Amino acid sequence: MKKFLMASAASVLAAGGAMAQDDPIKLGIILGFTGPIESITPNMSSSAQLAASEINEAGGLLDGRMLEAVTADSTCIDAAAATAAAERLITSEGISGIMGADCSGVTGAILANVAVPNGMVMISPSATSPGLSEAEDNDFFFRTAPSDARQGEVLANILMDRGIEEVAVTYTNNDYGQGLSDSFISSFEEAGGTVTLNASHEDGRGDYSAEVGALASAGGDALVVLGYADQGGLGIIRGALDSGAFDMFAMGDGMYSQSLLDTLGSSMNGSVGAVPWSEGEGSEAFAGLTEEAGFDAATSYTRESYDAAALIALAMQASGSTDPNEYKTAIMEVANAPGEEILPGELGKAIGILQDGGDIDYVGATNVELIGGGEAAGTYLEYVVEDGTFEQVEIR
Amino acid sequence: MDFLNGFVALLNFVVIPATAYGAQLALGALGVTLIYGILRFSNFAHGDTMAFGAMATILVTWAFQSMGLHLWGLPTALLALPFGIVVAALLVLGTDRVVYRFYRRHKVSPVILVIVSMGVMFVYNGLVRFVIGPDDQNFADGARFLINARDFREMTGLDEGLAFRTSQAMTIITAVIVVAILFWFLNRTRTGKSMRAFSDNEDLALLSGINPERVVAITWIIVAALATVAGVLYGLDKSFKPFTYFQLLLPIFAAAIVGGLGSPVGAIVGGFVVAFSEVTITYAWKKVLEYWLPAALEPEGLVQLLSTDYKFAVSFAILVIVLLFRPTGLFKGKSV
Repeated sequence: MKKFLMASAASVLAAGGAMAQDDPIKLGIILGFTGPIESITPNMSSSAQLAASEINEAGGLLDGRMLEAVTADSTCIDAAAATAAAERLITSEGISGIMGADCSGVTGAILANVAVPNGMVMISPSATSPGLSEAEDNDFFFRTAPSDARQGEVLANILMDRGIEEVAVTYTNNDYGQGLSDSFISSFEEAGGTVTLNASHEDGRGDYSAEVGALASAGGDALVVLGYADQGGLGIIRGALDSGAFDMFAMGDGMYSQSLLDTLGSSMNGSVGAVPWSEGEGSEAFAGLTEEAGFDAATSYTRESYDAAALIALAMQASGSTDPNEYKTAIMEVANAPGEEILPGELGKAIGILQDGGDIDYVGATNVELIGGGEAAGTYLEYVVEDGTFEQVEIR
Repeated sequence: MDFLNGFVALLNFVVIPATAYGAQLALGALGVTLIYGILRFSNFAHGDTMAFGAMATILVTWAFQSMGLHLWGLPTALLALPFGIVVAALLVLGTDRVVYRFYRRHKVSPVILVIVSMGVMFVYNGLVRFVIGPDDQNFADGARFLINARDFREMTGLDEGLAFRTSQAMTIITAVIVVAILFWFLNRTRTGKSMRAFSDNEDLALLSGINPERVVAITWIIVAALATVAGVLYGLDKSFKPFTYFQLLLPIFAAAIVGGLGSPVGAIVGGFVVAFSEVTITYAWKKVLEYWLPAALEPEGLVQLLSTDYKFAVSFAILVIVLLFRPTGLFKGKSV
């Protein structure tokens, strides 16, 4: 009897040991499933999980371990709730990396309060505030979305190329709006343009006639709106159009939404804007993958989400470890040249190359090229509104 | 000519928008002030009552639109308004029956009723989102402009355009009509007089044979009507989004308190004071002054007293100043 007990104990232990080897690697996905950007996060999450399931189908990571995605809500605006969610993923779920967060404010909060103290790698697909470039991150923070410092420059160039040299600017009063307007204004003034007034607006307010009045009085050839299409940005544009203050608008990426054009109709024709974009083999391959998986790749930041999840997995494989302290250095290596180029749908192949000691250059859905402290260089789509739709002008 | 241009610019960017906004706030503040005067508590659920009434009206409007009913140049929502009012009245009467009556019977202190109304606010909040969702809803139809900026410029040959939206005109006209009816009702009818008596001295009113439940029910019906009208006009003029109605609560209360809680005239004046102070103090006067002043005196800067960031600070500063010097508000309401 004693022997039998010993034997069963031993076999349980052995089984436990084997189990540990096959334990899935948990990947935390922290996005604002509720809150201001709740309409775009489901597709972002699906994209990240698509990368994980692709790896699992190809046989997993690090000698056959599976990737398991666990999700948590960042709320986009509530730093305390987002911090608590990240804390929970690390302490009770035992994740090995974070794909997220989404909005710049909560991303900064999670980074400072949770990721850096716990030594956890974070790759954000959509936090674009220039402030995050300078954040104290101990090399744990990366982003597959470009910083708005670049977007401001692109927007300034678009206006300058069209001969518009005097504009009024209004931005949504948060980290994103503030950062984008700062970068836009400094690039625009450097290029010789004049900003007549830079006024913030609060989202969700009842009335914007005060802002529209001040902007109209300051004047300019165009109104630059750096806000959200379903929030204050819409209210400001509607007020400016109705009162005849402006008839030409230049818009940041938060305003890229078909519903805006449907609401405002033909009066938006001729307005311009920029939105992070990518084209080429990578985004086409990604579109094919999402079509197979049954969701829409055309909404914002889906490509960046896929790339963020894929980069975490590939870096783990390249460094042979799931410890964030070990694999954080491998992220830049797998993302950038030299090595064999990897497109979406080729993650299995990439893991094979890394297993054999080869080198890869992850191209992904957004032509990932990490620069500086680990952020995407980024390409933007310049569009002009024609007949109630966004028409592509060029990729910048 | 220059004088006219400056005048038109002022009208277009300050006077018209502020008047329309003021009328919307005044209608909202009237509802708040009536509840305060007769039921003696600050009703925090008022913003969401507006949202609920507007939502009910929107649903009926959509039904009418799909049936092909329309009011020629005017929005179909006007036709649906009475139905919205009925639905909103049923909701507030039901709430009074199951929630407020209990506390009234126990003669609880007003501060408890305020907290209770907050609870009701959250329930309405959820109800509206549950039925129609948190997104923007478009229900305006009919002609958008009475005068459009471009046409005005061509018509008059002035440099400045003047835009006057149908919804702004409707807001102002409706506000005048509703206020006139309300004052006639309160001052001339038997029921109105009994409401005022109840508001002035509850015990004396009871002794005179006034039925309190009837007064309360009529108050709620009037408040539901005011809230629905305000909510629909606001939705037509700007847009219907449940969250903005919740935000409107702040300026509405500021308006009611500046005017004097419990005083209907005060609510109307307060609405316009808040709206005009928000728009004029943060307005950049450069454009107007350029037209009005001789070239030598033309301003270099924007001539903006305060940046628009401070527009809410302005209405609250006015609130504080008024309360410092007249604790009962401009029109002698009840002290808070």
